[in-house]
Amino acid sequence: MPANRTGSAGTSPTGSSPAAGALAAAAILGFAGGLVVSSFAGFRDFLPELLRGAAVTVQVAAGGSLVAVAMALLATAARLYAPLPLRWLAVAYVELFRGTSALVQLFWLFFVLPMFGISLSPMTAGIAALGLNIGAYGSEVMRGAIEAVPRSQWEAASALSLGRFRTLRRVILPQAFVTMIPPWGNLFIELLKATSLVSLITLSDLAFKAQQLNQTTLRTVEIFGIVLLIYLALSLLVTLAMRALEHRAGRRLLRGKETG
Amino acid sequence: MNESPASSSETPMVRFERVSKRYGALTVLDQLDLDVASGEKVAIIGPSGSGKTTVLRVLMALERIDDGVIHIDGEPLTHMPQGDSLVPADARHLRKMRGHIGMVFQHFNLFPHMSAVQNCMEAPISVLGLGKEEAHARAAELLTMVGLADKLDHHPAQLSGGQQQRVAIARALAMRPRVMLFDEVTSALDPELCGEVLNVIRELGSAHQLTMLMVTHQMGFAREFADRVCFFDAGRIAEQGSPEELFGNPQHERTRQFLRAVMEAI
Amino acid sequence: MNAHWDWHYVHEILPILGEAALITLQATLLGFALALVIGLVLAVCRMAANPLVRHAAAAVVEFIRSTPLLIQIFFLYYGLPEFGLALDAMLAGLIAIGLHYGAYCAEVYRAGIDNVPRGQWEAAAALNLSPQATFRRIILPQAIPPIVPALGNYLVALFKETPLLSAIGVLELMQTAKILGSESFQYTEPITLVGLYFLVFSLLSSGLIRLLERRLGVRAASRS
Repeated sequence: MPANRTGSAGTSPTGSSPAAGALAAAAILGFAGGLVVSSFAGFRDFLPELLRGAAVTVQVAAGGSLVAVAMALLATAARLYAPLPLRWLAVAYVELFRGTSALVQLFWLFFVLPMFGISLSPMTAGIAALGLNIGAYGSEVMRGAIEAVPRSQWEAASALSLGRFRTLRRVILPQAFVTMIPPWGNLFIELLKATSLVSLITLSDLAFKAQQLNQTTLRTVEIFGIVLLIYLALSLLVTLAMRALEHRAGRRLLRGKETG
Repeated sequence: MNESPASSSETPMVRFERVSKRYGALTVLDQLDLDVASGEKVAIIGPSGSGKTTVLRVLMALERIDDGVIHIDGEPLTHMPQGDSLVPADARHLRKMRGHIGMVFQHFNLFPHMSAVQNCMEAPISVLGLGKEEAHARAAELLTMVGLADKLDHHPAQLSGGQQQRVAIARALAMRPRVMLFDEVTSALDPELCGEVLNVIRELGSAHQLTMLMVTHQMGFAREFADRVCFFDAGRIAEQGSPEELFGNPQHERTRQFLRAVMEAI
Repeated sequence: MNAHWDWHYVHEILPILGEAALITLQATLLGFALALVIGLVLAVCRMAANPLVRHAAAAVVEFIRSTPLLIQIFFLYYGLPEFGLALDAMLAGLIAIGLHYGAYCAEVYRAGIDNVPRGQWEAAAALNLSPQATFRRIILPQAIPPIVPALGNYLVALFKETPLLSAIGVLELMQTAKILGSESFQYTEPITLVGLYFLVFSLLSSGLIRLLERRLGVRAASRS
């Protein structure tokens, strides 16, 4: 779940460069684990059901990601550039969702909101809760990245009499974008992991299917073993995708620097 | 060619035998031969990248050598006897041999979380098994010797560069080494602080039978203090001799070039 | 608020939630203590001379961090009995949390250790200190203080994940709130109160960490 994993002391979990070795090691471990697991009889019985659950997990993760990015953008824009009341609102949003537990937020949306006459489906509640939660962390990431762009870039742009918005869009954001990618990669992985919480509000995702199968077959180690591997595979996919994005964006920025 | 004047018959305290050290394609020590007699003070000079600091670092066993053997007082440092042959030393042998050697670094490398006296007590207690009081007495005595009697409980951050370097010297001496290595010990200091450190080394040289190797850019100090000066170039000793010979009448073109360049800089 | 908020009910459940809050606090502190130890062990393994140990530790860290804590809790709670090791829910949950955050702490330790200058290792070697003494007396005391804020952030993160223990029936805050809600069909008060509890504690501890960071920053600046 969204810890303060984007913060201090250079502890970017999956984005660091030695992680390349760790990634390979994890892949090897996953492969070895996969071999062990698949040698269990009955592996084929579980897999289709678990994959159906995984599809729901992916859906929640994808929906949550969209909401998270949108909320992060809104909150960041509001905190940096909106008039005061809106700014306070954005700060309150970020602090509220970073300060409370994701599970509490999920339960609140699912159990408490209906008391106010707003009933959300488990899927909607899940996507909304996780998106709002990760979005709050994402806003911190965005603000940090924007503030990390050297002051001199603003000055250079205003020397060219570019407007504030234009400077932001054409000068600041492209640079901030690159620094933002690794921490966002970590957030997406946190989001993916946090999707398992929706099983606790009856949405039949991967974690839910695992528990269900576990209760009917009692073959705990095999089932949860496979489930961990599926999550691992999904995480690795996210990591690889984000790394590819980082590579492309970084190259473009570098090229821009060379010619400019 | 590398026989030193002081060590005619007895076992040299330090002996490099065809020692090579490479970093990838770069050879920093090229089949180096060097003997240092007990009690001898050797200054090592030369252009940067000539391998002079590496001599000290491999002697302290901070880095492994790729070829050759180093002996300390007749015992192999980098190797140990096994049957009839020499095999690369294990950690235990290295630790035993390191006990003979002390080193002072360019950047002091004091332990920032310990006071001056604690810096000097840590290893005697942990390695030599000294009692706390004995270690404190020894540390206090050495710190007094280097002129820091009133700074025992100061932390490195509260000391000037020259004072820090003097603590570092006391710290190394507290282990009672037989060989002391000084790696450009004044290079990181403001010029006005060099004197106090060099004075300590000067006293050390006159009062003790310590064998000393120092890498230095202070030609004046090398000339006055050393028994022998070695000019390093490209991982070898290009020329060596007494300070008078080497500074007064250098034989090699490279040595002359180097000395000219250094003098111009002053 | 509005008509949905029942102060009388709040009064009634507050003592019950207060007791559960103690369990949450307990789980947080014990889990974090475990994470600190496991993290250090993992960090040391990641720097081991033996490449097999090094890579295995890296793989374990990566694996733990790439999979959900909830599944890890289930795995330990439901799975360990198959190996003849039945743990009660609290203990299984604590181990899972300790492992999960241990993997994160390992990276923090590693960053802290990497930041100790190489000269410190060399000075220790030149003084002939044993590897253990070097690590314990020279490296760790310098590596730890700068990473205290980062570790503190993980403490707060861990605290906010203790509600996951409700999934295996540990009677911490969330589980207690859920039970209270299902008994009275009044979810608003218990879950909101739980949220408030987390909010207050998180804000407080984040403030503390920021204070600590500033003090450490000041000290680091005065040093250089």
